Amino acid sequence: MGVRAVRFISVGFVKGAAVGCLFWLAVFALGCSLIISEAALLRAAGDKSADLINQNDTPIDIKAVTQAQAGFPALTGRVVDAANILSPQDEAELTEILQKLEGRSTDQIVVVTVPSLNGISIDDYGNRLGRHWGIGQAGKDNGVLLIVAPQQRRVRIEVGYGLEGVLPDALAGLIVQRRILPFFKRGDLVGGIKAGVNDIRDTLLGDAEEVKLRSRRTENSIEPWLPFIFLAFWIVPFVYFISSLNRDRRVSGRVPGGVVILPTDFGAAHDQWRGPGGFSRNSGGFGGGFSGGGGSFGGGGASGGW
Amino acid sequence: MSQIIHRVRLLLVVMAVLIGSLGLSGCGINNIPTYEEQAKAAWSQVLNQYQRRAELIPNLVETVKGFAAQEEKVLKEVVEARSKATSIQVPADILTNPKAFEQFQKAQNALSSALGRLIAVSERYPDLKSSQNFLTLQTQLEGTENRIAVARRDYIQAVRAYNTELKTIPGRWWRSLMYPESEPMERFTIEPEKTKSPEVKF
Repeated sequence: MGVRAVRFISVGFVKGAAVGCLFWLAVFALGCSLIISEAALLRAAGDKSADLINQNDTPIDIKAVTQAQAGFPALTGRVVDAANILSPQDEAELTEILQKLEGRSTDQIVVVTVPSLNGISIDDYGNRLGRHWGIGQAGKDNGVLLIVAPQQRRVRIEVGYGLEGVLPDALAGLIVQRRILPFFKRGDLVGGIKAGVNDIRDTLLGDAEEVKLRSRRTENSIEPWLPFIFLAFWIVPFVYFISSLNRDRRVSGRVPGGVVILPTDFGAAHDQWRGPGGFSRNSGGFGGGFSGGGGSFGGGGASGGW
Repeated sequence: MSQIIHRVRLLLVVMAVLIGSLGLSGCGINNIPTYEEQAKAAWSQVLNQYQRRAELIPNLVETVKGFAAQEEKVLKEVVEARSKATSIQVPADILTNPKAFEQFQKAQNALSSALGRLIAVSERYPDLKSSQNFLTLQTQLEGTENRIAVARRDYIQAVRAYNTELKTIPGRWWRSLMYPESEPMERFTIEPEKTKSPEVKF
Protein backbone atom coordinates (compact mmCIF):
# COMPACT_ATOMS: atom_id res chain seq x y z
CA MET A 1 0.00 0.00 0.00
CA GLY A 2 2.69 2.43 1.04
CA VAL A 3 4.91 1.40 -1.86
CA ARG A 4 2.08 1.87 -4.31
CA ALA A 5 1.39 5.32 -2.97
CA VAL A 6 5.03 6.29 -3.32
CA ARG A 7 5.14 4.95 -6.85
CA PHE A 8 2.00 6.78 -7.72
CA ILE A 9 3.34 10.01 -6.37
CA SER A 10 6.68 9.70 -8.15
CA VAL A 11 5.09 8.77 -11.46
CA GLY A 12 2.72 11.66 -11.10
CA PHE A 13 5.58 13.95 -10.26
CA VAL A 14 7.66 12.94 -13.29
CA LYS A 15 4.66 13.15 -15.55
CA GLY A 16 3.75 16.51 -14.15
CA ALA A 17 7.25 17.85 -14.59
CA ALA A 18 7.42 16.56 -18.16
CA VAL A 19 4.06 18.00 -19.05
CA GLY A 20 4.94 21.27 -17.39
CA CYS A 21 8.16 21.47 -19.35
CA LEU A 22 6.35 20.72 -22.57
CA PHE A 23 3.77 23.32 -21.79
CA TRP A 24 6.26 26.07 -21.15
CA LEU A 25 8.29 25.00 -24.14
CA ALA A 26 5.17 25.43 -26.20
CA VAL A 27 4.55 28.84 -24.71
CA PHE A 28 8.12 29.84 -25.37
CA ALA A 29 8.00 28.54 -28.94
CA LEU A 30 4.74 30.36 -29.41
CA GLY A 31 6.30 33.61 -28.34
CA CYS A 32 9.25 33.05 -30.64
CA SER A 33 7.07 32.10 -33.57
CA LEU A 34 5.03 35.22 -33.03
CA ILE A 35 8.09 37.41 -33.15
CA ILE A 36 9.46 35.63 -36.20
CA SER A 37 6.23 35.67 -38.15
CA GLU A 38 5.57 39.25 -37.17
CA ALA A 39 8.99 40.19 -38.47
CA ALA A 40 8.32 38.31 -41.69
CA LEU A 41 4.98 40.01 -42.15
CA LEU A 42 6.46 43.38 -41.41
CA ARG A 43 9.27 42.76 -43.81
CA ALA A 44 6.85 41.77 -46.53
CA ALA A 45 4.77 44.85 -45.85
CA GLY A 46 7.93 46.96 -45.77
CA ASP A 47 9.07 45.57 -49.10
CA LYS A 48 5.73 46.37 -50.64
CA SER A 49 5.60 49.89 -49.37
CA ALA A 50 9.23 50.44 -50.28
CA ASP A 51 8.46 49.21 -53.76
CA LEU A 52 5.49 51.51 -54.04
CA ILE A 53 7.29 54.53 -52.78
CA ASN A 54 10.39 53.79 -54.79
CA GLN A 55 8.49 54.23 -57.99
CA ASN A 56 8.20 57.87 -57.13
CA ASP A 57 11.40 58.17 -55.24
CA THR A 58 14.29 57.08 -57.44
CA PRO A 59 16.06 60.09 -58.85
CA ILE A 60 15.72 58.75 -62.36
CA ASP A 61 13.17 59.79 -64.92
CA ILE A 62 10.35 59.62 -62.41
CA LYS A 63 7.51 60.33 -64.73
CA ALA A 64 8.57 57.78 -67.31
CA VAL A 65 8.95 55.04 -64.72
CA THR A 66 5.63 55.62 -63.00
CA GLN A 67 3.91 55.77 -66.33
CA ALA A 68 5.63 52.60 -67.41
CA GLN A 69 4.55 50.85 -64.25
CA ALA A 70 1.00 52.05 -64.69
CA GLY A 71 1.01 50.99 -68.32
CA PHE A 72 1.98 47.36 -67.77
CA PRO A 73 -0.40 44.99 -69.50
CA ALA A 74 -2.36 42.60 -67.29
CA LEU A 75 -1.03 39.07 -66.94
CA THR A 76 -3.85 37.32 -68.76
CA GLY A 77 -2.02 34.09 -69.55
CA ARG A 78 1.28 32.67 -70.67
CA VAL A 79 0.95 34.69 -73.84
CA VAL A 80 0.06 38.34 -73.35
CA ASP A 81 -0.48 39.80 -76.78
CA ALA A 82 -1.06 43.43 -75.92
CA ALA A 83 0.30 44.56 -79.29
CA ASN A 84 -2.09 42.25 -81.12
CA ILE A 85 0.20 40.46 -83.50
CA LEU A 86 -0.69 36.84 -82.73
CA SER A 87 -3.70 34.93 -83.98
CA PRO A 88 -5.74 32.89 -81.46
CA GLN A 89 -4.26 29.70 -82.93
CA ASP A 90 -0.72 30.99 -82.45
CA GLU A 91 -1.53 31.94 -78.91
CA ALA A 92 -3.01 28.53 -78.16
CA GLU A 93 -0.01 26.80 -79.69
CA LEU A 94 2.49 28.86 -77.71
CA THR A 95 0.48 28.50 -74.51
CA GLU A 96 0.55 24.74 -74.87
CA ILE A 97 4.31 24.67 -75.34
CA LEU A 98 4.83 26.87 -72.32
CA GLN A 99 2.41 24.94 -70.17
CA LYS A 100 4.17 21.68 -70.95
CA LEU A 101 7.48 23.28 -70.11
CA GLU A 102 6.25 24.37 -66.70
CA GLY A 103 4.89 20.88 -66.14
CA ARG A 104 8.33 19.41 -66.73
CA SER A 105 10.74 21.85 -65.16
CA THR A 106 8.52 24.31 -63.25
CA ASP A 107 10.10 27.11 -65.32
CA GLN A 108 7.66 29.79 -66.29
CA ILE A 109 8.07 31.49 -69.65
CA VAL A 110 5.76 34.30 -70.62
CA VAL A 111 5.58 35.76 -74.10
CA VAL A 112 4.52 39.37 -74.10
CA THR A 113 4.05 41.82 -76.93
CA VAL A 114 3.62 45.45 -76.00
CA PRO A 115 2.39 48.36 -78.08
CA SER A 116 4.69 50.73 -76.20
CA LEU A 117 7.61 50.68 -73.79
CA ASN A 118 6.30 53.84 -72.20
CA GLY A 119 9.51 55.74 -72.68
CA ILE A 120 11.95 53.47 -70.82
CA SER A 121 14.50 51.10 -72.34
CA ILE A 122 13.42 47.54 -73.01
CA ASP A 123 16.05 46.27 -70.53
CA ASP A 124 14.55 48.31 -67.74
CA TYR A 125 11.02 47.58 -68.87
CA GLY A 126 11.63 43.84 -68.95
CA ASN A 127 13.09 43.70 -65.47
CA ARG A 128 10.32 45.76 -63.96
CA LEU A 129 7.60 43.84 -65.75
CA GLY A 130 9.06 40.49 -64.71
CA ARG A 131 9.18 41.55 -61.08
CA HIS A 132 5.78 43.17 -61.27
CA TRP A 133 4.21 39.94 -62.50
CA GLY A 134 6.41 37.70 -60.39
CA ILE A 135 7.12 35.24 -63.18
CA GLY A 136 8.93 32.09 -62.02
CA GLN A 137 8.52 30.16 -58.80
CA ALA A 138 9.19 31.94 -55.55
CA GLY A 139 12.59 30.94 -54.23
CA LYS A 140 13.63 29.42 -57.55
CA ASP A 141 13.28 32.59 -59.60
CA ASN A 142 13.03 30.51 -62.74
CA GLY A 143 11.06 32.81 -65.00
CA VAL A 144 11.79 34.00 -68.51
CA LEU A 145 10.10 36.79 -70.42
CA LEU A 146 10.19 37.12 -74.17
CA ILE A 147 9.25 40.72 -74.80
CA VAL A 148 8.52 42.09 -78.24
CA ALA A 149 7.89 45.77 -78.84
CA PRO A 150 6.99 45.99 -82.54
CA GLN A 151 6.62 49.78 -82.52
CA GLN A 152 10.08 50.30 -81.07
CA ARG A 153 11.44 47.38 -83.09
CA ARG A 154 13.04 45.95 -79.96
CA VAL A 155 13.04 42.45 -78.54
CA ARG A 156 14.36 41.13 -75.25
CA ILE A 157 14.77 37.85 -73.44
CA GLU A 158 14.63 38.63 -69.73
CA VAL A 159 16.03 35.84 -67.57
CA GLY A 160 15.21 35.30 -63.90
CA TYR A 161 17.93 34.95 -61.27
CA GLY A 162 17.60 31.20 -61.06
CA LEU A 163 18.05 30.55 -64.78
CA GLU A 164 21.03 32.79 -65.38
CA GLY A 165 23.26 29.73 -65.25
CA VAL A 166 21.21 27.69 -67.71
CA LEU A 167 20.42 30.57 -70.03
CA PRO A 168 23.33 32.98 -69.73
CA ASP A 169 23.37 36.35 -71.44
CA ALA A 170 25.59 35.15 -74.25
CA LEU A 171 23.18 32.34 -75.09
CA ALA A 172 20.15 34.59 -74.82
CA GLY A 173 21.97 37.03 -77.09
CA LEU A 174 22.59 34.27 -79.63
CA ILE A 175 18.94 33.29 -79.64
CA VAL A 176 17.95 36.91 -80.18
CA GLN A 177 20.54 37.62 -82.87
CA ARG A 178 20.58 34.35 -84.78
CA ARG A 179 17.09 32.97 -84.39
CA ILE A 180 14.59 35.72 -83.64
CA LEU A 181 15.95 38.73 -85.49
CA PRO A 182 16.28 37.06 -88.92
CA PHE A 183 12.51 36.40 -88.84
CA PHE A 184 11.75 39.86 -87.52
CA LYS A 185 13.86 41.50 -90.20
CA ARG A 186 11.74 39.77 -92.79
CA GLY A 187 8.64 41.09 -91.06
CA ASP A 188 7.63 37.68 -89.72
CA LEU A 189 6.99 38.52 -86.07
CA VAL A 190 5.04 35.34 -85.36
CA GLY A 191 7.74 33.11 -86.83
CA GLY A 192 10.42 34.87 -84.79
CA ILE A 193 8.47 34.53 -81.57
CA LYS A 194 7.87 30.83 -82.18
CA ALA A 195 11.50 30.20 -83.03
CA GLY A 196 12.58 32.10 -79.95
CA VAL A 197 10.20 30.23 -77.65
CA ASN A 198 11.29 26.87 -79.05
CA ASP A 199 14.94 27.73 -78.59
CA ILE A 200 14.46 28.99 -75.06
CA ARG A 201 12.53 25.86 -74.19
CA ASP A 202 15.17 23.59 -75.74
CA THR A 203 17.87 25.43 -73.84
CA LEU A 204 16.04 25.15 -70.55
CA LEU A 205 15.37 21.45 -71.07
CA GLY A 206 18.83 20.81 -72.51
CA ASP A 207 20.34 19.08 -69.53
CA ALA A 208 17.88 16.43 -68.39
CA GLU A 209 19.60 15.84 -65.06
CA GLU A 210 19.66 19.50 -64.28
CA VAL A 211 16.00 19.83 -65.20
CA LYS A 212 15.13 17.06 -62.79
CA LEU A 213 16.98 18.80 -60.03
CA ARG A 214 15.42 22.11 -60.83
CA SER A 215 11.90 20.78 -60.81
CA ARG A 216 12.49 19.10 -57.47
CA ARG A 217 14.42 21.76 -55.67
CA THR A 218 12.08 23.08 -53.05
CA GLU A 219 11.69 26.57 -51.88
CA ASN A 220 13.71 27.00 -48.77
CA SER A 221 11.03 28.96 -47.08
CA ILE A 222 8.64 28.40 -44.25
CA GLU A 223 6.69 31.49 -45.10
CA PRO A 224 3.62 29.70 -46.48
CA TRP A 225 3.60 27.68 -43.27
CA LEU A 226 3.67 30.57 -40.88
CA PRO A 227 -0.09 30.80 -40.45
CA PHE A 228 -0.22 27.10 -39.61
CA ILE A 229 2.60 27.33 -37.13
CA PHE A 230 0.89 30.31 -35.72
CA LEU A 231 -2.36 28.45 -35.30
CA ALA A 232 -0.71 25.31 -33.97
CA PHE A 233 1.00 27.20 -31.24
CA TRP A 234 -2.16 28.99 -30.32
CA ILE A 235 -4.21 25.85 -30.28
CA VAL A 236 -1.89 23.52 -28.39
CA PRO A 237 -1.85 25.40 -25.08
CA PHE A 238 -5.49 26.23 -25.45
CA VAL A 239 -6.66 22.67 -26.02
CA TYR A 240 -4.40 21.70 -23.22
CA PHE A 241 -5.99 24.16 -20.91
CA ILE A 242 -9.53 23.13 -21.81
CA SER A 243 -8.83 19.43 -21.49
CA SER A 244 -7.18 19.94 -18.15
CA LEU A 245 -10.25 21.82 -16.96
CA ASN A 246 -12.49 18.95 -18.04
CA ARG A 247 -10.31 16.38 -16.41
CA ASP A 248 -10.18 18.38 -13.23
CA ARG A 249 -13.85 17.90 -12.85
CA ARG A 250 -13.55 14.12 -13.04
CA VAL A 251 -10.27 13.26 -11.34
CA SER A 252 -8.88 16.06 -9.32
CA GLY A 253 -5.17 16.11 -8.60
CA ARG A 254 -4.20 14.12 -11.70
CA VAL A 255 -1.97 15.76 -14.23
CA PRO A 256 -3.42 15.58 -17.71
CA GLY A 257 -1.62 14.03 -20.63
CA GLY A 258 -1.66 15.52 -24.05
CA VAL A 259 -0.33 15.26 -27.51
CA VAL A 260 1.85 17.99 -28.84
CA ILE A 261 2.21 18.05 -32.58
CA LEU A 262 5.01 20.16 -33.85
CA PRO A 263 5.41 20.74 -37.55
CA THR A 264 8.74 19.36 -38.69
CA ASP A 265 10.68 19.24 -41.96
CA PHE A 266 9.01 22.10 -43.67
CA GLY A 267 10.62 21.52 -47.03
CA ALA A 268 9.39 17.97 -47.47
CA ALA A 269 5.97 18.67 -46.08
CA HIS A 270 5.64 21.66 -48.31
CA ASP A 271 6.58 19.62 -51.31
CA GLN A 272 3.91 17.10 -50.56
CA TRP A 273 1.44 19.75 -49.86
CA ARG A 274 1.97 21.31 -53.25
CA GLY A 275 1.82 17.90 -54.76
CA PRO A 276 3.31 16.77 -58.03
CA GLY A 277 2.17 18.83 -60.95
CA GLY A 278 0.80 21.74 -59.00
CA PHE A 279 3.61 24.16 -59.38
CA SER A 280 3.02 27.81 -59.17
CA ARG A 281 1.70 29.04 -55.91
CA ASN A 282 -1.40 30.52 -57.40
CA SER A 283 -1.95 28.64 -60.61
CA GLY A 284 -2.28 25.19 -59.08
CA GLY A 285 -4.94 24.29 -61.59
CA PHE A 286 -7.91 26.28 -60.40
CA GLY A 287 -9.88 26.99 -63.54
CA GLY A 288 -6.73 26.95 -65.66
CA GLY A 289 -5.91 30.53 -64.72
CA PHE A 290 -2.30 31.52 -64.83
CA SER A 291 -0.33 33.77 -62.55
CA GLY A 292 3.26 34.29 -61.62
CA GLY A 293 4.70 32.17 -58.85
CA GLY A 294 6.54 35.07 -57.23
CA GLY A 295 9.93 34.77 -58.91
CA SER A 296 12.33 37.66 -59.25
CA PHE A 297 14.68 39.07 -61.87
CA GLY A 298 18.13 40.56 -61.58
CA GLY A 299 18.66 42.00 -65.03
CA GLY A 300 19.89 38.90 -66.83
CA GLY A 301 19.14 38.32 -70.50
CA ALA A 302 19.80 40.01 -73.79
CA SER A 303 18.13 42.51 -76.09
CA GLY A 304 18.20 43.22 -79.76
CA GLY A 305 16.66 45.52 -82.33
CA TRP A 306 15.75 45.24 -85.98
CA MET B 1 -11.80 24.74 -7.70
CA SER B 2 -8.52 26.31 -6.75
CA GLN B 3 -6.99 24.21 -9.54
CA ILE B 4 -9.22 25.91 -12.05
CA ILE B 5 -8.35 29.34 -10.76
CA HIS B 6 -4.70 28.39 -10.93
CA ARG B 7 -5.04 27.34 -14.56
CA VAL B 8 -6.97 30.45 -15.48
CA ARG B 9 -4.20 32.51 -13.99
CA LEU B 10 -1.70 30.49 -16.02
CA LEU B 11 -3.62 31.20 -19.19
CA LEU B 12 -3.59 34.88 -18.37
CA VAL B 13 0.18 34.78 -18.00
CA VAL B 14 0.46 33.04 -21.36
CA MET B 15 -1.74 35.67 -22.92
CA ALA B 16 0.37 38.42 -21.42
CA VAL B 17 3.54 36.86 -22.84
CA LEU B 18 1.90 36.57 -26.24
CA ILE B 19 0.56 40.06 -26.33
CA GLY B 20 3.82 41.40 -25.02
CA SER B 21 5.90 39.76 -27.75
CA LEU B 22 3.37 40.68 -30.39
CA GLY B 23 3.37 44.25 -29.19
CA LEU B 24 7.13 44.53 -29.18
CA SER B 25 7.61 43.20 -32.67
CA GLY B 26 4.57 45.13 -33.84
CA CYS B 27 6.32 48.27 -32.68
CA GLY B 28 9.15 47.45 -35.03
CA ILE B 29 11.87 46.48 -32.60
CA ASN B 30 13.35 44.30 -35.33
CA ASN B 31 13.03 46.73 -38.19
CA ILE B 32 16.35 48.52 -37.99
CA PRO B 33 18.56 45.41 -38.05
CA THR B 34 16.31 43.82 -40.66
CA TYR B 35 16.51 46.76 -43.03
CA GLU B 36 20.19 47.19 -42.32
CA GLU B 37 20.93 43.64 -43.36
CA GLN B 38 18.81 44.01 -46.47
CA ALA B 39 20.66 47.14 -47.49
CA LYS B 40 24.01 45.47 -46.88
CA ALA B 41 22.99 42.47 -48.95
CA ALA B 42 21.88 44.77 -51.75
CA TRP B 43 25.23 46.53 -51.57
CA SER B 44 27.10 43.22 -51.86
CA GLN B 45 25.13 42.57 -55.01
CA VAL B 46 26.24 45.93 -56.41
CA LEU B 47 29.89 45.14 -55.65
CA ASN B 48 29.44 41.70 -57.11
CA GLN B 49 28.18 43.06 -60.43
CA TYR B 50 30.91 45.69 -60.65
CA GLN B 51 33.42 42.93 -60.05
CA ARG B 52 31.89 40.90 -62.81
CA ARG B 53 32.22 43.81 -65.20
CA ALA B 54 35.86 44.33 -64.29
CA GLU B 55 36.53 40.66 -65.03
CA LEU B 56 35.02 40.95 -68.51
CA ILE B 57 37.13 43.89 -69.58
CA PRO B 58 40.55 42.26 -70.26
CA ASN B 59 38.95 39.87 -72.75
CA LEU B 60 37.06 42.67 -74.41
CA VAL B 61 40.16 44.83 -74.70
CA GLU B 62 42.12 41.95 -76.21
CA THR B 63 39.43 41.26 -78.78
CA VAL B 64 39.12 44.89 -79.82
CA LYS B 65 42.90 45.15 -80.04
CA GLY B 66 42.93 42.30 -82.52
CA PHE B 67 40.79 44.23 -84.97
CA ALA B 68 41.38 47.86 -84.12
CA ALA B 69 44.84 48.22 -82.65
CA GLN B 70 45.00 51.81 -83.88
CA GLU B 71 42.36 52.86 -81.35
CA GLU B 72 45.09 52.94 -78.78
CA LYS B 73 43.81 55.98 -76.94
CA VAL B 74 40.41 54.56 -76.18
CA LEU B 75 41.81 51.17 -75.25
CA LYS B 76 44.29 52.76 -72.90
CA GLU B 77 41.56 54.78 -71.28
CA VAL B 78 39.55 51.67 -70.58
CA VAL B 79 42.49 49.80 -69.11
CA GLU B 80 43.39 52.75 -66.92
CA ALA B 81 39.86 53.31 -65.73
CA ARG B 82 39.57 49.64 -64.92
CA SER B 83 42.75 49.51 -62.90
CA LYS B 84 41.68 52.65 -61.07
CA ALA B 85 38.27 51.21 -60.29
CA THR B 86 39.62 47.86 -59.12
CA SER B 87 42.50 49.32 -57.12
CA ILE B 88 40.18 51.33 -54.91
CA GLN B 89 40.20 49.86 -51.44
CA VAL B 90 36.59 49.61 -50.40
CA PRO B 91 36.65 50.53 -46.71
CA ALA B 92 34.38 48.59 -44.38
CA ASP B 93 32.41 51.70 -43.54
CA ILE B 94 31.90 52.79 -47.14
CA LEU B 95 28.12 52.82 -46.80
CA THR B 96 28.20 55.41 -44.05
CA ASN B 97 31.22 57.29 -45.33
CA PRO B 98 30.15 59.85 -47.97
CA LYS B 99 33.68 60.54 -49.17
CA ALA B 100 34.66 56.95 -49.79
CA PHE B 101 31.29 56.28 -51.36
CA GLU B 102 31.64 59.19 -53.76
CA GLN B 103 35.14 58.13 -54.69
CA PHE B 104 33.96 54.62 -55.44
CA GLN B 105 31.08 55.88 -57.49
CA LYS B 106 33.31 58.25 -59.46
CA ALA B 107 35.77 55.51 -60.36
CA GLN B 108 33.02 53.19 -61.53
CA ASN B 109 31.35 55.94 -63.53
CA ALA B 110 34.64 56.76 -65.22
CA LEU B 111 34.96 53.12 -66.21
CA SER B 112 31.38 53.15 -67.51
CA SER B 113 32.01 56.09 -69.79
CA ALA B 114 35.35 54.71 -71.02
CA LEU B 115 33.61 51.46 -71.89
CA GLY B 116 30.85 53.38 -73.64
CA ARG B 117 33.47 55.08 -75.81
CA LEU B 118 35.12 51.76 -76.59
CA ILE B 119 31.83 50.25 -77.73
CA ALA B 120 31.06 53.35 -79.79
CA VAL B 121 34.45 53.18 -81.48
CA SER B 122 33.95 49.47 -82.23
CA GLU B 123 31.00 50.38 -84.41
CA ARG B 124 33.48 51.65 -86.99
CA TYR B 125 35.00 48.22 -87.55
CA PRO B 126 32.66 45.87 -89.42
CA ASP B 127 35.01 42.90 -89.01
CA LEU B 128 35.16 43.41 -85.28
CA LYS B 129 31.42 43.94 -85.04
CA SER B 130 30.63 40.72 -86.81
CA SER B 131 33.19 38.62 -84.97
CA GLN B 132 31.56 35.99 -82.79
CA ASN B 133 33.89 36.68 -79.92
CA PHE B 134 33.12 40.37 -79.84
CA LEU B 135 29.40 39.77 -80.15
CA THR B 136 29.46 37.44 -77.17
CA LEU B 137 31.54 39.81 -75.10
CA GLN B 138 29.33 42.72 -76.01
CA THR B 139 26.22 40.80 -74.97
CA GLN B 140 27.84 39.89 -71.68
CA LEU B 141 28.92 43.44 -71.10
CA GLU B 142 25.44 44.75 -71.83
CA GLY B 143 23.99 42.15 -69.51
CA THR B 144 26.38 43.13 -66.77
CA GLU B 145 25.66 46.82 -67.19
CA ASN B 146 22.00 46.00 -66.94
CA ARG B 147 22.55 43.95 -63.80
CA ILE B 148 24.53 46.79 -62.31
CA ALA B 149 21.61 49.11 -62.97
CA VAL B 150 19.20 46.67 -61.33
CA ALA B 151 21.50 46.07 -58.35
CA ARG B 152 21.90 49.79 -57.83
CA ARG B 153 18.17 50.30 -58.00
CA ASP B 154 17.62 47.56 -55.43
CA TYR B 155 20.26 49.05 -53.21
CA ILE B 156 18.70 52.50 -53.40
CA GLN B 157 15.38 50.96 -52.48
CA ALA B 158 16.80 49.03 -49.52
CA VAL B 159 18.65 52.09 -48.23
CA ARG B 160 15.54 54.16 -48.62
CA ALA B 161 13.59 51.82 -46.37
CA TYR B 162 16.43 51.69 -43.85
CA ASN B 163 17.08 55.43 -43.73
CA THR B 164 13.39 56.14 -43.41
CA GLU B 165 13.16 53.69 -40.54
CA LEU B 166 16.01 55.49 -38.77
CA LYS B 167 14.38 58.86 -39.17
CA THR B 168 10.72 58.15 -38.54
CA ILE B 169 9.19 57.77 -35.15
CA PRO B 170 9.16 54.28 -33.77
CA GLY B 171 12.44 53.52 -35.51
CA ARG B 172 14.02 56.67 -34.18
CA TRP B 173 13.19 55.66 -30.64
CA TRP B 174 14.43 52.11 -31.11
CA ARG B 175 17.63 53.47 -32.58
CA SER B 176 18.40 55.69 -29.61
CA LEU B 177 17.35 52.92 -27.24
CA MET B 178 18.92 49.83 -28.82
CA TYR B 179 20.85 50.53 -32.02
CA PRO B 180 22.78 53.76 -31.47
CA GLU B 181 25.56 52.61 -33.82
CA SER B 182 23.22 52.34 -36.83
CA GLU B 183 23.99 55.19 -39.21
CA PRO B 184 22.08 56.26 -42.31
CA MET B 185 23.59 54.89 -45.51
CA GLU B 186 24.72 56.60 -48.70
CA ARG B 187 22.71 56.48 -51.89
CA PHE B 188 23.66 56.43 -55.52
CA THR B 189 22.77 59.16 -57.87
CA ILE B 190 21.69 57.44 -61.04
CA GLU B 191 22.91 58.78 -64.34
CA PRO B 192 19.78 59.78 -66.19
CA GLU B 193 20.82 58.25 -69.52
CA LYS B 194 20.47 54.77 -67.98
CA THR B 195 16.72 54.84 -68.25
CA LYS B 196 16.26 56.63 -71.55
CA SER B 197 15.18 54.45 -74.40
CA PRO B 198 17.12 54.81 -77.60
CA GLU B 199 15.57 57.10 -80.16
CA VAL B 200 14.35 55.39 -83.29
CA LYS B 201 14.90 57.32 -86.48
CA PHE B 202 13.43 56.38 -89.80
